[in-house]
Amino acid sequence: MNFDLSEDQIVFQNLAKEFAAKELAPFAAKWDSESYFPKEVIEKAGELGFCSLYVPEEDGGMNLGRLDASIIIEQLSTGCTSTTAFITIHNMALWMLSKFGKEKLKKEWCPSLSSGKKLASYCLTESGAGSDAASIKTTAKKTNDGYIINGSKSFISGSGETDCLILMARTGKEGAGGISCFLIPANSKGIDYGKKEEKMGWKNQPTRIVNLTEVKVPKDNLIGEEGQGFKIAMQGLDGGRINIATCSIGTAQAALSSAQQYMNEREQFGKKIGEFQALQFKLADMTTELVAARHFVRLAANKVDNNHPEATTYSAMAKRFATDVGFNVCNEALQIFGGYGYIQEYPLERYVRDVRVHQILEGTNEIMRMIIGRRMMMEDATNLVQ
Amino acid sequence: MLYSAVIEYALNLCLYYKGIIFMKVLVPIKRVVDYNVKVRAKSDESGVDLANVKMAINPFCEIAVEEAVRLQEEGKASEVIAVSIGTEASQEQLRTALALGADKAILVQTEVEVEPLGVAKLLKAVVEKENPDLIILGKQAIDDDANQTGQMLAALLNYPQGTFASEIELKDGGIEVTREVDGGLQTVSLSLPAIVTTDLRLNEPRYASLPNIMKAKKKPLDVITTEDLNVDVMPRLNTLKVSPPPERASGVIVETVDELVDKLKNEAKVIT
Ligand SMILES: Cc1cc2nc3c(=O)[nH]c(=O)nc-3n(C[C@H](O)[C@H](O)[C@H](O)COP(=O)(O)OP(=O)(O)OC[C@H]3O[C@@H](n4cnc5c(N)ncnc54)[C@H](O)[C@@H]3O)c2cc1C
Repeated sequence: MNFDLSEDQIVFQNLAKEFAAKELAPFAAKWDSESYFPKEVIEKAGELGFCSLYVPEEDGGMNLGRLDASIIIEQLSTGCTSTTAFITIHNMALWMLSKFGKEKLKKEWCPSLSSGKKLASYCLTESGAGSDAASIKTTAKKTNDGYIINGSKSFISGSGETDCLILMARTGKEGAGGISCFLIPANSKGIDYGKKEEKMGWKNQPTRIVNLTEVKVPKDNLIGEEGQGFKIAMQGLDGGRINIATCSIGTAQAALSSAQQYMNEREQFGKKIGEFQALQFKLADMTTELVAARHFVRLAANKVDNNHPEATTYSAMAKRFATDVGFNVCNEALQIFGGYGYIQEYPLERYVRDVRVHQILEGTNEIMRMIIGRRMMMEDATNLVQ
Repeated sequence: MLYSAVIEYALNLCLYYKGIIFMKVLVPIKRVVDYNVKVRAKSDESGVDLANVKMAINPFCEIAVEEAVRLQEEGKASEVIAVSIGTEASQEQLRTALALGADKAILVQTEVEVEPLGVAKLLKAVVEKENPDLIILGKQAIDDDANQTGQMLAALLNYPQGTFASEIELKDGGIEVTREVDGGLQTVSLSLPAIVTTDLRLNEPRYASLPNIMKAKKKPLDVITTEDLNVDVMPRLNTLKVSPPPERASGVIVETVDELVDKLKNEAKVIT
């Protein structure tokens, strides 16, 4: 067992760190305040390979593992949480296409999605189907040469700016088994985008409702087989949850660094605030929990890489833990900054706003507990955590 | 081996007759402390503390690699060879150069800290083996700031040199180098083979993309030793001590302009 990064991983990490420091961090506050979606920067990230991290080479991807991807994503998110989080959603949606799509569809879409020239949204949630995602109502009705899709998706990240939708719709009976997965070109006739949601964080990427009325898609746009859609969506999320957890870790690391530096600068009562033991203890706890969370995420990534039978449970545990720790660390870092943490002059309040949603999306942390809890109630479950 | 050399020769000849320039570029690079790192002197003043410090390719050398790769992309250079002198760890920086686009790399491995003259002598030996038409170096390394290697190499080889380049252009079988000099720019024209050293504004190096990082692992990296090149690199300089610059004393806020003038005159003694 070896806990050190490999030589390659160090090189990947350095590249992502440099990219974050030069191309993301200096602009993140402005993008946040202007709700600006930096597509040209995402494309630049794509040129370096960040838009197709764990997609195979034949589809234009980098063919890295989830652990490699996590190491890269962590660095990117130190620069801009929201932009990085979107890049991870794109990676997830592209992976679903690459893993389960038919050759013809892949030929058409994979090269431009892998290079980041085009972007993808992941469309599962509906107004009435959030945590209970298997209850979606959007339908795909089979015709002679394809499907006709009707329904509405909520909270779709990137929508209105992306080029295709990887969308779950019902082709069959009620429940998870009746759901299928489709690629729908974003400009298809019958698609109508709602207004940009006004959000607490993740402000630099649009989140919209997507309404679909009699949208025709060719039969080759079905990803996987009919009825497999929910499984595909959940497999995407196993990786997605690791990515989102990683975005919390990277942001928390940035918050920790800021706080540590501030403790060495700010003076009150005639000394550096870092000399107060109460704050040193706070910093100690933040660091301890952050390191624990980072390694949990890497462990889960490793389980997904190795197709471990409990990969889903580990992903859920890592997502729950790391997004909670990530939020707490950012929040405590804000506290260390006092009033200055609360104003936009410093990035702390943005860190807090941005990581908050990681506890909610790609499965809420309650749903993560549900996944873990169900598994733990099975007879052999204690072996899982040895 | 011989077979491929013959093919390469024949290919060169064909391209030569087609009027395509076939230029080989050698880029020496140095492993230094990353420019973002705040360095600390060792407590015994024997040098800079390098334990656990992030190392990187010297920024001026990176600019040199970028320029060579651009020449190749423009079809003006046929091969870019990166060379470094240092410990085994310098392979990391050579891999970076390969990921940025160099075709092959050579490490002259040594445990001794080689001084500029030693580096220049080693590079001369490499030049005599590789016969490059152009050698692009950084104008200085950000660790010792010596700014000597390029000039010494030019002298040892008796090649023309264009130092502190902010622009280069291949012209009439030679090279024009725009140099940043005090008070403006100077353009010199050199015949090949020639030595160029880079200034900061020559270009902005690209990022090594993930695919290129992967490709770099498969490119050749030869390791030779100073003995192979038959060069004596024993240091000739003796470092007495390395100490940090004095800490800046905190300033004072003056109340009036008169007080400021008084202080400048009588305390700082910078005006009379
Ligand atoms: C900014 C943002 C971007 C998003 N992007 C996307 C996207 O790109 N694509 C997409 O498909 N979706 C996206 N989502 C949707 C997101 O995945 C859902 O919001 C999330 O799954 C929760 O669903 P819900 O909002 O309907 O909450 P609900 O499911 O209504 O949950 C309400 C509360 O009840 C709890 N709860 C629900 N069921 C249980 C239970 N069984 N036991 C205990 N507690 C329970 C929940 O944890 C939560 O606290 C996004 C959301 C946001 C906010």
